Amino acid sequence: MEGCSKLLDLIPKDREWLLRRDKQRSHGCSEEKGLELRLGPPGGGDEDTGSREREDSILSLGYFSNNSTCGAKRGFKDTVGLPVMAKESSQPCSNKVVDSSEKKAFSPASADTAVPNSSQKRTAPAPVVGWPPIRSFRKNLASSSSSKQALESQNAVPSKVSGEKPVESGRKGLFVKINMDGVPIGRKVDLAAYDSYEKLSIAVDELFRGLLAAQRDSSAGGIQNKQEGEKVITGLLDGSGEYTLVYEDNEGDRVLVGDVPWHMFVSTVKRLRVLKSSELSSLRLGSKQEKIPPLR
Amino acid sequence: MREDRPPPTPSRGGAYSPPPPDQVLENVLEHVLQFLTFRRDRNAAALVCRSWHRAEALTRLELFIGNCYAVAPRRAMERFRRATAVTIKGKPRFADFNLMPPDWGANFTPWVTFMAQCYRALEKLCLKRMFVTDEDLELLASFPSFRELVLICCDGFGTSGLAVVASKCRKLRVLDLIEDEVTDDEIDWISCFPEGETCLESLIFDCVECPIYFEALERLVARSPSLKKLKLNRYVSIVQLYRLMIRAPQLTHLGTGSFSPSEIVAQGDQEPDYSSAFDACRSLVCLSGFREIVPDYLPAIYPVCANLTSLNFSYANISAEQLRSVIRYCHKLQIFWVLDTVCDAGLQAVAATCKDLRELRVFPIDAREDSEAPVSDVGLLAISEGCRKLQSILYFCQRMTNAAVIAMSENCPELVVFRLCIMGRHLPDHVTREPMDEGFGAIVKNCKKLTRLATSGLLTDRAFSYIGQYGKLVRTLSVAFAGDSDTGLKYVLEGCPRLQKLEIRDSPFGDSALRTGLHRYYNMRFLWMSSCRLTRRGCKEIAQQMPHLVVEMINGEEEEVKDDYVDTLYMYRSLDGPRADAPSFVTIL
Repeated sequence: MEGCSKLLDLIPKDREWLLRRDKQRSHGCSEEKGLELRLGPPGGGDEDTGSREREDSILSLGYFSNNSTCGAKRGFKDTVGLPVMAKESSQPCSNKVVDSSEKKAFSPASADTAVPNSSQKRTAPAPVVGWPPIRSFRKNLASSSSSKQALESQNAVPSKVSGEKPVESGRKGLFVKINMDGVPIGRKVDLAAYDSYEKLSIAVDELFRGLLAAQRDSSAGGIQNKQEGEKVITGLLDGSGEYTLVYEDNEGDRVLVGDVPWHMFVSTVKRLRVLKSSELSSLRLGSKQEKIPPLR
Repeated sequence: MREDRPPPTPSRGGAYSPPPPDQVLENVLEHVLQFLTFRRDRNAAALVCRSWHRAEALTRLELFIGNCYAVAPRRAMERFRRATAVTIKGKPRFADFNLMPPDWGANFTPWVTFMAQCYRALEKLCLKRMFVTDEDLELLASFPSFRELVLICCDGFGTSGLAVVASKCRKLRVLDLIEDEVTDDEIDWISCFPEGETCLESLIFDCVECPIYFEALERLVARSPSLKKLKLNRYVSIVQLYRLMIRAPQLTHLGTGSFSPSEIVAQGDQEPDYSSAFDACRSLVCLSGFREIVPDYLPAIYPVCANLTSLNFSYANISAEQLRSVIRYCHKLQIFWVLDTVCDAGLQAVAATCKDLRELRVFPIDAREDSEAPVSDVGLLAISEGCRKLQSILYFCQRMTNAAVIAMSENCPELVVFRLCIMGRHLPDHVTREPMDEGFGAIVKNCKKLTRLATSGLLTDRAFSYIGQYGKLVRTLSVAFAGDSDTGLKYVLEGCPRLQKLEIRDSPFGDSALRTGLHRYYNMRFLWMSSCRLTRRGCKEIAQQMPHLVVEMINGEEEEVKDDYVDTLYMYRSLDGPRADAPSFVTIL
């Protein structure tokens, strides 16, 4: 696993490393500010820099230095799309947003907050295929009306039609493979579990963030707190993140995710890829309607 | 073999010539062997010598195929020529959770085709996780003695197949459809049962998600005097249930359907006396259904509670208080399935009354990782303290402690099945923040009869060292999102001497660990590993070293294998080599 050895080099051994990195990061951050796309008020660094407990998932801001990233926790509403340009790595995330007052962001107290965060119950993580292990007819029990809805779509049982992928089937779901650059193991997502690009983006972040952290943890061989090591993957949909979500449609073309209405996307998508935004940069300037020719 | 020898003919003079001595032995053997019913005993007898092998093959009436691809239909049926009851299992269990693409296989057609030649006298068939078509059912229905069909977690057929079975199987006694996916072909299959008295003993169709024509069902029940088991689907309202119950007071097993009225019942409407209907069912021991329960109707079942040995509330969204009102009467209860809406308090009520409980299953009403599951270590502890005879538990929760699991291991030494599902991945003990190693370790150490274990929560390799070392009788092990390294899997493969079925997902186990099991894969039914660290090369190595192992690599889509990593490995022994019906997304190494 060649990719893994790179990750090993980046595994933080202690907080001190984290502090050191963060200082580098702040330097890098100020250079990058000019390139940032955000929805926040202009001119500001990030206004409220209080460390936030991680209550919601999940899209939060990434930070970057040359070879490390760290995420700060923040609700998705506040700002969107600080460019995340660090190489892949996974480290404990500090809770502080980097701004002009970075130093106080890296006090040990803030790093401490990362620890209890990880042990808090996560809210709204992306659903993983087949987990929890409950058969589909036991889902949707919360109201009988919703189980009746599930019935409608269940009647289109795809199992009798060989080769066809089920679309919008309440029972079987819609699983597409998703691969991320730099992560050797692909995953699967159930598109039927989402109804918007935003939720899908959250799901993708959750899915691969855990994978990166799991790779790191298992290589380290210890019982690391698996939650704290995860770097957030952001900006998947608008090209502002380190990675961008693209998909291959039923004609074999690669398309940026987010262009067409959700239902149309779901009916044509064949597989998903999380690509490095840097590889797509030449196309980002053009209209999003353009299709990306297959890269391989 | 008896068949090959001509029967002893009396000689011309009328004198009787006794059969040759070895035939006497065979006759005696066959008479004796027919008392052997357990598969394991029969398998042992068959290994004694050739004549025992033959005799056993001729006297085996129940054929069990644990993996439909482990043996070709022809080989199985030619050895056991006289079997009249067949059980076949197909897909591995993780297929239930969408971890396997549809159309993977487990087709029943090749089996039934051969049965049509060899097993025309077939009486009973049980299929689990098989793909069964309407045509297959039609062929089955043509077997003249066929009387019992049990389909569990199957798919591929619809109500048209059921209609054929209903109309053509004149001797049908049992039609049990359990957790199947049945397409609605808009055929009123209930009406297809022939007129006149039927010999139906069991009719279970609670999983069939299609409306039925109630009057036909009512007439059917009325003309089925032997009917003991009836499990209705959720399209049967409580009023209709009442009408059926008064026609069938002899029922022992009842699935109540929706247990709610079909329309809004206004206050003051004349409703039947549901309680009296239950009261009339003196033999009722097993109650289930409650698919869309209106809890106001719960008191109707009070009259039968004291006799119940099995109660399935796993679709009933009821509170602790509502449960308490029922469970306090259920002193004889042995099997109890429930939703976690009853909370820890509900489980405490169960623990207080059901001293004879053997099997408990607690399902989540909201099966998501982040849901607020209302049951926890508190409920588990209460159950362990109240239900000392517990043998089997399946428990979904969000919060658990090692202490509660350890307590259960000490309080319930009869445990045979322990399946704990902490729904949030990698969650530790919510009090001590430690991994759940010690809890599961205690289970394998203290529950000496344990044969089935499913793990969850944050687990390190240490947990697996416990399992490997102490899980002496464990046959089935399910692992998800657990372990640190190859060492974990190595512990299991080098320990657990009785391991038969190993299913693992999303755990960091790779080729090196896989290799450590080479000495035992022929003695296992299957190994499933998905989203682990296996490479194609590693799997190929195994395939090359073990020619009788079928090593399937299953990719999610039908595309090329882009990287060397294997999505899903499913491997199993087979007497007849790799299957011929593998779809394109399966690569057999």
